[in-house]
Amino acid sequence: MPPLNPPAPPSRGYLSDGTTVASWLCTRDHKRIALLYLFTITFFFLIGASAAALMRWELTRPNGDLMTSDTYNRLFTLHGVVMVWFFLIPSIPAVLGNFVLPLAIGARDVAFPRLNLASWYIFVCGGLIALYAIVVGGVDTGWTFYTPYSSTYSNSNVMVMATGIFVAGFSSIATGLNFIVTVHKLRAPGLTWFRLPLFVWAIYATSIILVLATPVLAITLALMALERGFGVGIFDPKLGGDPLLFQHLFWFYSHPAVYIMILPGMGVVSELVSCFSRKKIFGYKVMAFSILSIAGLGFLVWGHHMFVSSQSVYAGVVFSLLSFLVSVPSAIKVFNWIATLHRGSITFGTPLLYALGFLALFTIGGLTGIFLATLAVDVHLHDTYFVIAHFHYIMVGGGVMAYMGGIHYWWPKISGRMFPEGWARFSAVTIFVGFNLTFFPQFLLGYLGMPRRYHIYPAEFQTLNVISSAGAAVLAVGYLVPLCYLTWSFFHGKDAGPNPWNATGLEWQTPSPPPSHNFEQTPVVTRPPYDYPPL
Amino acid sequence: MSAAPLSEIGGGAGWLPEASSFAPRVDRVFDGLLAASAGMALFLTVLTLVILVRYRRGSAGSRKAVRIATWKIETAWIVATTAVFLFFFVQGTSVYLEMRRIPAGIEAINVVGRQWMWDVRYPGGRREFNRLHVRLNTPVRLLLSSEDVIHSFFVPAFRLKQDLVPGKVVEAWFDPTRAGTYMLYCAQYCGTAHAEMTGTVVVLAPDQFAAWEGGRDGGAESGSPGLAGAARGSAIFQKYGCAQCHGDAAGSRAPRLAGVYRGPVRLADGRFVLADDQFLHDAILRAPKCAVAGYAMTMPTYDGVIPEGDVLDLISYIKALPPAPASQVP
Repeated sequence: MPPLNPPAPPSRGYLSDGTTVASWLCTRDHKRIALLYLFTITFFFLIGASAAALMRWELTRPNGDLMTSDTYNRLFTLHGVVMVWFFLIPSIPAVLGNFVLPLAIGARDVAFPRLNLASWYIFVCGGLIALYAIVVGGVDTGWTFYTPYSSTYSNSNVMVMATGIFVAGFSSIATGLNFIVTVHKLRAPGLTWFRLPLFVWAIYATSIILVLATPVLAITLALMALERGFGVGIFDPKLGGDPLLFQHLFWFYSHPAVYIMILPGMGVVSELVSCFSRKKIFGYKVMAFSILSIAGLGFLVWGHHMFVSSQSVYAGVVFSLLSFLVSVPSAIKVFNWIATLHRGSITFGTPLLYALGFLALFTIGGLTGIFLATLAVDVHLHDTYFVIAHFHYIMVGGGVMAYMGGIHYWWPKISGRMFPEGWARFSAVTIFVGFNLTFFPQFLLGYLGMPRRYHIYPAEFQTLNVISSAGAAVLAVGYLVPLCYLTWSFFHGKDAGPNPWNATGLEWQTPSPPPSHNFEQTPVVTRPPYDYPPL
Repeated sequence: MSAAPLSEIGGGAGWLPEASSFAPRVDRVFDGLLAASAGMALFLTVLTLVILVRYRRGSAGSRKAVRIATWKIETAWIVATTAVFLFFFVQGTSVYLEMRRIPAGIEAINVVGRQWMWDVRYPGGRREFNRLHVRLNTPVRLLLSSEDVIHSFFVPAFRLKQDLVPGKVVEAWFDPTRAGTYMLYCAQYCGTAHAEMTGTVVVLAPDQFAAWEGGRDGGAESGSPGLAGAARGSAIFQKYGCAQCHGDAAGSRAPRLAGVYRGPVRLADGRFVLADDQFLHDAILRAPKCAVAGYAMTMPTYDGVIPEGDVLDLISYIKALPPAPASQVP
């Protein structure tokens, strides 16, 4: 005889506290807001990736005959703008930062939950404005909006797109502010600064950059709009302006923005490497200080984007030296991750595969960055495919690999379910192979002299371009497979339990998925981070 | 025009030729970086793979803590990394400083960038579009300027790239060391037909160059042959009424222009500046910002009135004026 009252399905924590649309759109729970961001940026990722796919399709042929020049120019602008501002910048901070940061410091939420929800709405507003700019005809300035092209000559929807980015910037600032206050004020008892996981350090440093750099972008775009809309002479020499002033202002934001995209990845990888080698991170304090010094020095290297812009020779020399110096802490971090693996007890779960992929790709990206910091060599390589390959190795090979690794690592906590390990390993390897196939040939293309933003190119470059496009197809498969199995596992995966990886860290001491208020009792911290038992 | 296939261009199999005096020097720095990076990447890969295998869970490798203090290890690799980086910084910078040391006393070729073409004006007055002829083993000085947006003069075979910034006259130079035809690209995104803003640089042996210089066989692309830049400039000088104030018959309303090029000029605000190409360019287009001491500022701005190419011809005209007696130099 069946029981009269069938057992209630196990509670899914914060996921079951309200299931209406309103309960999501009006939530102030950092975990739900993280998921709102996850859906939003996945949507933007698919748009940006589609643009990239169309570009790679065009680039299989040297004649540029599959689409018009104006279409191609709009595609690479769309790809850059969407991927930078509507995917990469919010990726780890707004999704994993929002979900994990309060849990990792033993807090019930971020410091300002309403502001947190407002950030998401502002982000969506900015995103909708940017989408509108795309739908009504797109923008053809490149994501860099160089003047006087953007302010005077372009006949595309520059004002609308700039407005979208301007608005989204406030979301970055509010999120950064929220995280800074959260880390300062809401740490659990006993969780001193040097007991913080490196992920928290990384999100904290990133937040400082978000708060200090984003206003400069807003100012720059506003000045550009003033010139374009009202003829106020700031950047166009015909109006008495200076075009290089725009580049100085733009890169004063956009170089630190590179660190907004990579520092959180470094934080994630530190968690993964430590957990899957069952060992505390090697040189914890050096790791924390190198995050801070990268964030600080990152503000002083913007001029390395302008070595051939006709800025002064001496400025070039100083910016070159500072660019070499900012790479020292990055190199140290790579050595420390490898040293963490040394004499560990390593298991090859999917998150570690992503972390190892990050290590390899970030190292290549970093080493090629040294080429570009070297003045004489940069003169040749600047604005070629070498630069495209370099920053994709950093932002996609580094940033997105870490993001995927982090999503897999914290997926059991987010959803309460395990993902299918076999499929996950398959896609991690596919992404790694596809990525290298796509971008390694671009180093060669750049060295041989193929300029960026060219869809019509000498026939000799076709073979390498075809290889690159084939790689992009592999990469697309690698990104689509996780979308399928993660969605499936959200509903049908097997229960994860509170701590499937046996990890240290406060987020693993509460059920998966966590209750809305995170912890039944505020945890008290008495031990250093990554305190794995001796092997 | 669409880009010519590289195979028709010097360098054979599509590989990048070293066709300027500093191309081999840049390549040696590049090769050093490549060797060091490849070595480092290979070392780290092998090291990581060995660690992954040796310390996989359940393996027999020793898990005893390493006995060297962590701070010693950290210090060692911070110092080593910094030293290697500084080595490459010094190498790259010293080559760069030489690349930017522009030899004096060479007559410059004016290159004007415009959406979407290269307008090349030789000192002799010849004009070509999207093609630049130069003589083998003879340094070439370029004065780069733009009529609209930022462009960039990029010749991979010379390892040369320099942006053309509107409102500025930017100098660049190279010494071609290998005869052949090389691709010229615009490397800074400049709008719709950016990818078609390409051209060629033709390096000719001295005898061939002399034949090219003497002949009129430049094809349809070499316009207004025979009319020198300075002569064109003279006509422009009349056309815009410059002579009314700057001409010989004009009294002392405005500075004399003969011999002014490359000489010192005292400005109304007390500064002394060198009357180089950039100064003359600015003084023509935005006179009030370049007011010369001792004269009432009555000259209007010609920004947006005189096209960039005409400004360069005016500068050629000023340079070609016979020098004035020493006493008249301001």
